[in-house]
Amino acid sequence: MREASSEGANTLLATPDHIHQDEQAPLVRRAEHALRIGIGGPVGSGKTALVAALCRTLGNELQLAVVTNDIYTTEDADFLLRNGVISTERVTAVETGACPHTAIRDDISTNLEAIEELEEKLTPLDLILVESGGDNLTATFSRGLVHRQIFVLDVAGGDKVPRKGGPGVSTSDLLVINKTDLASYVHADLAVMDRDAKAKRKDLPILFTSLTDDPTAASVAEWVREMLIDHAR
Amino acid sequence: MRAHAGLDVDLEAAGGGGVRARIRRLRSEGAIVLRPTRETLPRWADRWDIPPREAVSVRVVAGAAGPLGGDHWRLDVRVGEGATLLLGSVAATLVLPGTHGDESLSEVNVSVAAGGTLVWRPGVQIAASRCRHTTVARIDLADGARLYAREEFMLGRHGEMPGDFRQRLRVTHRDVAIFDQELSVGPDAPGWQSAAITGGRQALGSVVVVDSAPNAMDPFGRATLVDCPDTAVLQLSEHAALISSLAADAIDLRVRLDRAFAPFTLGRSARDVYGAGRSP
Amino acid sequence: MTNVSRNLPALLLLTDGRFPAGGHAHSGGFEAAAENEGTRTLATMEQFLLGRLHTVGLVAAAFAAAACEVALRSMDGRFAAGGAETGADTEGGNLHELLSPLDAEFNARTPSPVLRTVSRRLGRQLVRAGRRIWPNSSLEQLASVPSQGLHQPVAFGAVAAAAGQPPECVAIAAAQESIAGPATASVRLLGLDPFDVNAALARLAPEVSRVAAEAAACARFPLADLPSRGGYLLDISAEVHATWEVRLFAS
Repeated sequence: MREASSEGANTLLATPDHIHQDEQAPLVRRAEHALRIGIGGPVGSGKTALVAALCRTLGNELQLAVVTNDIYTTEDADFLLRNGVISTERVTAVETGACPHTAIRDDISTNLEAIEELEEKLTPLDLILVESGGDNLTATFSRGLVHRQIFVLDVAGGDKVPRKGGPGVSTSDLLVINKTDLASYVHADLAVMDRDAKAKRKDLPILFTSLTDDPTAASVAEWVREMLIDHAR
Repeated sequence: MRAHAGLDVDLEAAGGGGVRARIRRLRSEGAIVLRPTRETLPRWADRWDIPPREAVSVRVVAGAAGPLGGDHWRLDVRVGEGATLLLGSVAATLVLPGTHGDESLSEVNVSVAAGGTLVWRPGVQIAASRCRHTTVARIDLADGARLYAREEFMLGRHGEMPGDFRQRLRVTHRDVAIFDQELSVGPDAPGWQSAAITGGRQALGSVVVVDSAPNAMDPFGRATLVDCPDTAVLQLSEHAALISSLAADAIDLRVRLDRAFAPFTLGRSARDVYGAGRSP
Repeated sequence: MTNVSRNLPALLLLTDGRFPAGGHAHSGGFEAAAENEGTRTLATMEQFLLGRLHTVGLVAAAFAAAACEVALRSMDGRFAAGGAETGADTEGGNLHELLSPLDAEFNARTPSPVLRTVSRRLGRQLVRAGRRIWPNSSLEQLASVPSQGLHQPVAFGAVAAAAGQPPECVAIAAAQESIAGPATASVRLLGLDPFDVNAALARLAPEVSRVAAEAAACARFPLADLPSRGGYLLDISAEVHATWEVRLFAS
């Protein structure tokens, strides 16, 4: 068990006020461990594209690695490698036995194993992105697995989705509403999505993105940088 | 019937300052008849660079048919330092039931001293209907000892279900296990025909190779082979590999084992590389 | 309170399919069997479970029971020396070293490199979960050794010992686990009726008891005499399965 008390006080991180003061035991955070960010959301919402964008944007300034959780292939990992945004040794594909949400929430041991291997191999790492397999609106990451989580929706799924809520929409640390460039084609009202999402999320942040228009995902990358500063504090 | 046979092979000084292998003890008993032969090592063994006079060959002639129910056969073999033994059997062994349905047991214990070599080819064993037989083969290898052990089994004669047949092969290096696996089929082995074990196939076999020379297992680089279904080449350790195969019949099985073993037969011998008479 | 009722809740926790030790991502060879051997009906699935139980299930249960026996002795030694929390490796020796010979024997009974890797990975995941759930200084010794970790059944015995289980119960748990995972996988993969699949598991219960009793009886045997019954097709098809481009389960 990671014993916080056995570490020097300067390596302990304060829990940010607005996040994770929940009933679950918070993950013990130590600066010598990388910040882990989970990226979840329904199938096709653009999780892998977002991970690729973050790798492109942050790869030069940070030591980063990626764990993908595909449902039955290593397709997502392959996509990242094919696009040359990250090198092979920095990506681990976890197989989830047909249950992607189990691997990120109920039984996180396989993902923890993959993270630990990456940390051992690539010390020191600043950031590990854990991408979930495409799932449904109820799929969220365990607080034992990641420090922060991003939930990715896309406008093509319909502008009703934020209103439907679910833990991903309501409690994720960042909600990304992707593919805004398609809004007019699918008759999605971004204002409605923004309003409904805000109603569900109170003060938690929401970002609208179009990875087609901005392949660097600049706004999300900026949020990640803020989280890194928090994490190292 | 109980029978306890023994065989010791050693290297000894020969004229001209060289050495040659010699059968120090050859004790047949009852149904286990040991017969020295003039067989030479298989061609692929060239890679081990064993001079012909440092190897001896013995075959086990199983008297009458057998083993029968109630038999307890035991063969103890010692291969001395640097010596090579080619141990085989004369014909396929048919394992039959006894008149009273008693169990039969065959035990083979082999120790191979440092730098020694055992080529173990007991031939096809056929588990007949209603047999109740257990074979246990234990092979212990000292440092630098080499092993080739090939076992083939027919589970029942043609179109027949086998009786209770168990066969265990345990290979150790200085008493530390390298490989230990038991085949158990027949009415007392629930689910043995399922997709976990034989999937209804009637022939099953394996080759275990142990060779501590550097990179000796490199020829076995791939676990699965094209045109060689139901067969896997499994690295047991840096110095040991297992070929495991299943087939519909003994002929197919032989083809598959040969094919999977083929990469090992292609290795050039040290003799080719360094010239005759010199060790690398 | 009897021993059984005192131990049962922890045993139920350990054998719950939701126990977070990574098992859910593995089909125990069933995915390969369904594809390569056409094991797609309830009847053939049940035979698969039966064969698995009597081969690798027996071996796993025997090694789990034997590891539990060793771990209990090691932990008892420490308890006698002043409680589990003293932590010092004073009594009974380091648990990792005590279990190493058993681990090496299990390794020799797992000829498939793919399955050896899976088994060690699941062993690490089990220790990871176990030491958080049943804190114990002996389990800490398993986690602190920089190595590939122990094979799953050996780790299972150690974790179960930390959970206060006797070898007999550990053998039952390990034998049951050897078929529960593949049975769950069959529901997910083939859409077999979950009632039918659980009925098959219920039918197999006496077989599980039989295998577990045989396994527990071996727990104190010399290492060389522990069972080594092989699942021949399981080994071969595990290697094939690992080469598939598309698969639902990790093994």
